[in-house]
Amino acid sequence: MSQGSHASSSVPESDPSPLLDAREVSLERGDKRILDHVSVQILPAEVAVVIGPNGAGKTSLLRVLLGLWQPTQGQVKRRRGLRIGYMPQRLQIEPVLPLSVRRFLTLRQRAPRARLLAHLERVGVPHLLDKPVQSLSGGEMQRVLLARALLNRPNLLVLDEPAQGVDIVGQGEVFRLIDDIRCETGCGVLMVSHDLHLVMAGADAVICLNQHVCCRGRPEEVSRHPEYQRLFPTADVRGIGVYKHDHNHVHDLHGEVRGLDDNGSGESQGSGHCDHHRRGLPKR
Amino acid sequence: MIEAWLDDFLFRAVLAGLMVAVVAGPLGAFVVWRRMAYFGDTISHSALLGVALGFLLGLNLNLMVTIVCVAIAMLLVILQRRQELASDTLLGILAHSALSLGIVAVAFIEGLRVDLMAYLFGDILAVGTSDLVAIAIGGAVALLLLVLLWRPLLALTVHEELAQVEGVPVVLVRLGLMLLIALVIAAAMQVVGVLLITALMIIPAASARRFASTPEQMAILAAVVGMLAVGAGLWGSLLFDTPTGPTIVVAAMLGFILVHLFPGRLIPRFGDR
Repeated sequence: MSQGSHASSSVPESDPSPLLDAREVSLERGDKRILDHVSVQILPAEVAVVIGPNGAGKTSLLRVLLGLWQPTQGQVKRRRGLRIGYMPQRLQIEPVLPLSVRRFLTLRQRAPRARLLAHLERVGVPHLLDKPVQSLSGGEMQRVLLARALLNRPNLLVLDEPAQGVDIVGQGEVFRLIDDIRCETGCGVLMVSHDLHLVMAGADAVICLNQHVCCRGRPEEVSRHPEYQRLFPTADVRGIGVYKHDHNHVHDLHGEVRGLDDNGSGESQGSGHCDHHRRGLPKR
Repeated sequence: MIEAWLDDFLFRAVLAGLMVAVVAGPLGAFVVWRRMAYFGDTISHSALLGVALGFLLGLNLNLMVTIVCVAIAMLLVILQRRQELASDTLLGILAHSALSLGIVAVAFIEGLRVDLMAYLFGDILAVGTSDLVAIAIGGAVALLLLVLLWRPLLALTVHEELAQVEGVPVVLVRLGLMLLIALVIAAAMQVVGVLLITALMIIPAASARRFASTPEQMAILAAVVGMLAVGAGLWGSLLFDTPTGPTIVVAAMLGFILVHLFPGRLIPRFGDR
């Protein structure tokens, strides 16, 4: 399968300056302080994961970084020419709105059928193009959302709990897909999650948030940090890295076992396998 | 020729009804998709206040109704932001207060005998040529606005934040939708009256859902269904000598029931194109 040749454009990321640069961002709603002097940098081709307990302000931080909310203090700088592909947490569409997947994908920008199909194929669901969106399962919807985020040729993918409502097998697939796409296109990824094990394995940088930044660093560093262990006392450190070991097969969306060559994901497993891309080597 | 027709009160009524249905149907689709039925009801209840103010200030009634409706809609949005009361409570308070305030205000105007029933339930048979012009202008502006706002409005309806990230000017589009609703209410007031306007918006749209597989189909079908209801209602009101506005709504309701009595698989659906 020709990876990245059709579905996503490979943008050489030679500019090492951060895609997003949030400095000392604070957010207050009413008299409640939701974010307290948070600084975050998202670098090109890097997977940054924001983790934190419920109510830690993860989604609020995402909203500020996306420009949906104005911070009370501090500022968010975006690199010029930044194109964000946003995948929201959940998408529920009223059954009374007749909407096919094809129509959903082209709500903002029109695109030829072949291009849509190519994107759906990249995320593994080409058969859904003409289905009503309401008929999709949780995992299928996440893939369609990912395809839509990619249509805009983003250099930054922003994902809010990308595996919510997806079963455990599907979760691994979604994260691997995101990682593959990162390797192919060289886009940066910003992800918010509380699924520690699945997410941290593929991350380059982990930001542990609880109103303020408790600790940050590479996954191994964060998982050993006392602040992290205090926030997640039950987190099993040994479990981290579960998606770093090599698979000789994958389970597809329907739970069937496929060889890795079937979907091309053998090319890259986990972040360690595409280090050369991170230094700015375009895929083709 | 046209002049001769315009002299006929029935022709004017049919024309006014059809023009209103053409806009109310597609807009009704949005009201249904965005779960704004009660919102629409609240805004239309406040139209009577606009009528009273129009009489009081000696201004054009349609213009005044549009202004008051937009004002009430904005007030509602501001109050909803504060989140002290649940949305439906706020809507209930505003809907009934605005209606009562309107009726009281009309009663205060000296030397004016207003046929309240005509405003509450519509008086389509009394539509004059100047009313027809007002409806045509309001309807045309609303239709144009709807066409211009269609794609961003649809994106907003599907997922507001996603739309905002993708560059939809959310606040502007929402304001546009409110203006749209206000314009349609002003135009529809004479046809079905302030109490029944929402029915003319949502019943045709709800009926159209069964045949549609794209948003556009649903909107266009809603317009067609609305026009059929207006035609059938007018005819029925002449036949049975019943009030026209409510008869139109009854016709729309019968259509809705008929559509839903049929098993789904027997209903032809338009293709997704």
